[in-house]
Amino acid sequence: MKKEIRICGFGGQGIVLAGVILGEAASRAGFEAVQTQSYGPESRGGAARSEVVVSTEPIDYPRVSRADVLIALSQASYDSYVGEMAKDGTVVIDGDLVQAEGAAAVPFTTTAEKVGRKIVANMVMLGYLAALLDLVPQDVLEGTVMDNIPTGTEELNRRALQAGRELFGGGSHDES
Amino acid sequence: MFNQAKRIRDKYIRDEMWPSIFCTGCGVGNVLNYTLRAIDAIGLDIDRTVFCSGIGCSSRLPGYIDADGLHTTHGRALAFATGVKVYKPELSVIVFTGDGDMAGIGGNHFIHAARRNVDMTVICINNNNYGMTGGQVSPTTPVGDLSTTTPYGNFEQPFDLCRLAIGAGAPFVARWTMGFPYETVAAIESAIRTKGFGFVEILAPCPTGAGKANELGDAPANWDWYKKNTITRMDLAALDPEERALNRKIIVGTLWQEDKPEYLDGWQELVGRLQGEGEQGV
Amino acid sequence: MTSPELMTRVLGSRRKFAQGDVACAYGAILGGCDFFAGYPITPATEVAEAMAALMPRLGHPVMQMEDEIASLSAVIGASWAGGRAMTATSGPGFSLMQEGIGYACMTEAPCVIVNVQRSGPSTGQPTEPAQGDMLQARWGTHGDHEIIALAPASVQECVDLTRLAFNLAEEYRNPVLVMTDGEVGHMREPIILPSADELELVSRRPPTTAPESYLPFAGGGDAAPEMAAFGTGYHTYVTGLTHDERGLPSTDDAAAHTALVERLVGKIRDHTDRLTRVEEDLQDGATVGIVSYGISARSAAGAVRIARSQGLRVSHLRLVGVFPFPEEAVQRFVEGMDRVIVPEMNLGQICHVVREAVEGSAAVERVGRIGGEIIRPEEIVRAVVDGGERV
Repeated sequence: MKKEIRICGFGGQGIVLAGVILGEAASRAGFEAVQTQSYGPESRGGAARSEVVVSTEPIDYPRVSRADVLIALSQASYDSYVGEMAKDGTVVIDGDLVQAEGAAAVPFTTTAEKVGRKIVANMVMLGYLAALLDLVPQDVLEGTVMDNIPTGTEELNRRALQAGRELFGGGSHDES
Repeated sequence: MFNQAKRIRDKYIRDEMWPSIFCTGCGVGNVLNYTLRAIDAIGLDIDRTVFCSGIGCSSRLPGYIDADGLHTTHGRALAFATGVKVYKPELSVIVFTGDGDMAGIGGNHFIHAARRNVDMTVICINNNNYGMTGGQVSPTTPVGDLSTTTPYGNFEQPFDLCRLAIGAGAPFVARWTMGFPYETVAAIESAIRTKGFGFVEILAPCPTGAGKANELGDAPANWDWYKKNTITRMDLAALDPEERALNRKIIVGTLWQEDKPEYLDGWQELVGRLQGEGEQGV
Repeated sequence: MTSPELMTRVLGSRRKFAQGDVACAYGAILGGCDFFAGYPITPATEVAEAMAALMPRLGHPVMQMEDEIASLSAVIGASWAGGRAMTATSGPGFSLMQEGIGYACMTEAPCVIVNVQRSGPSTGQPTEPAQGDMLQARWGTHGDHEIIALAPASVQECVDLTRLAFNLAEEYRNPVLVMTDGEVGHMREPIILPSADELELVSRRPPTTAPESYLPFAGGGDAAPEMAAFGTGYHTYVTGLTHDERGLPSTDDAAAHTALVERLVGKIRDHTDRLTRVEEDLQDGATVGIVSYGISARSAAGAVRIARSQGLRVSHLRLVGVFPFPEEAVQRFVEGMDRVIVPEMNLGQICHVVREAVEGSAAVERVGRIGGEIIRPEEIVRAVVDGGERV
């Protein structure tokens, strides 16, 4: 089994952290995993991309060749990467930020606002993504998240993960 | 006096390296003499002393001393010395350097070593040129002086190395010349005793290089130049204000002395504090 | 030496998901590193930051010096004071360090230098990986000398090879380079740290005679000379000038200089066998081979997988140690092959060394990629099928 996951958007959306946590959680769950990232030159607003390859076998090429899952959190990044999908790959967009045909549009940003702060949109997305992948046990993901966030934000992040999980499980995304 | 010289020579000089390379009338050999007298007077443990140097005539001194010596790359002696001292604080570190080595290529390492205030003694033999390579202009060459790379006279302004050292944070700064042997020995002693960056600039003649280019004459005449062109801090203070204002002679003496935290104090405080707090990984 | 208990406490869990740069720091500490001096530079800064966080908790000095030249100088000074010392940098800093590397070779000062290679030349693309410093690693400093260079291809290898680098530096009394790159340096993979009880540190040989008969730069014998640390009463004179076995300058003595430099070179070159570290993935009947190193070895492994799945026969040799160049291993690998392909993130560096080694017994081709994106396996597969760029 090998899954190639690409998360992209712009800098400041917590994309790299989400990828790191996913990779680490997968590793804790007993998988081989590699996480990489790329940035545009700007600190905020430039392009950002985080890739995670999860496998039951040792991973050679560490980057995504054809994404099994693409999560696009900006229009520009959706446009850039929608053409590099694996057959049967899944495209997910933040419905609040991106317009696209045939992609699952999920309201990560507004859900994050409902949970408490727009800044945890990446955690909402992560909860959704983990549920979609169905590889990493919930508690392993949550434990990994807790080890990677600032003290005092645990409850907020936990709620964000849960909300993301529910967005997947609850079927509250629409094929636009 | 002669017994003292022989005793010091027997005790400290690396015989296989003798005789030295220094020219007639050069001041570098004298600095060796003064330094050995200073460490002898203090009773420094020669087995726990490391002499570092860069490249140049001044930097040849460690080779003549029977002790651990680190003759490094041009301009970098202070960085090497920092590594030696910080790794093994129980060592005494004495650096020999020159005006070109320390203030030309080595300028950056000079100001940072002074800023950090790592405990070491830096003896900068300033002969106003790059002597080893034949007498090129250096960052301390006086305006107007001739050299092989300023055949029409130097128009660049020179450094005042002591002001630079003080500005960079050195807690002990002194300047002497060949004409003041006892004071120079005492200054070196004080610099060694300073817990921090002890800086001694020693003005020395280079009769083969700068001295020759600027027609200072024979070796004694070269030495005389320093007598004529320097004034002690005390003598300067004794002048009346008008004369003092007109002074153009180089000021010699202890020019700065203060107590301040030394680099290793800060390091040890940090290590102690972390041990108290308990450790966590990255 | 640090107590295993303290090291375990400071390093924390042995299983981690870590970046290559940070893994180099772990590897260094597990390799007995007790002095680090560095200067910030993308993409190597994380090595210095990790060391800045870990070393003080172990009581080991860590310094940010004023530039890369000062960093390596302080490292060499600490080495002569008895330390296991390291610095880390990238291209522009590596260029500055060349004089110091030569000084370390000439004075036989053990030290480790990590170069997290980035796209050049000059300031280049600071955040993009490359493998453009490989020949510089071998020949960047002036004069005849030898270098030991290792090329991690994974985050685990950042740990293991940095650890190894210290032992090699001590054993051979030579600088050892750990040539990673911005991709390996910043990617994250699971790693397992060796237990602090099982470190097996190799150290420079201490003097076996009294100071009067001690020869810190002695010839003869199979190993690097004994090395007394400063402050132990041996009064070692260390100089970058050519010197005799006592360490005293011998610039007018052609025979002494020749003896010294030939010994310095032979010290490494004559031990190429022992220093050879390669990984082979051989396939019977393959007439095409790939010789790779570092991050490009990951791309090459992917290419081998894809090629074989398409029925192609291809063998793969990964150079873990790049210098001293494992000529014999490459020559053996190439036996029976028509073509060997060298993928690297540059416009051709190690491919030339390969070509020299195989001496016409196989055609050498390269797959080069600059600009920052690592080589895609498909590019290498295409070269296997259609041929790469002939070297």
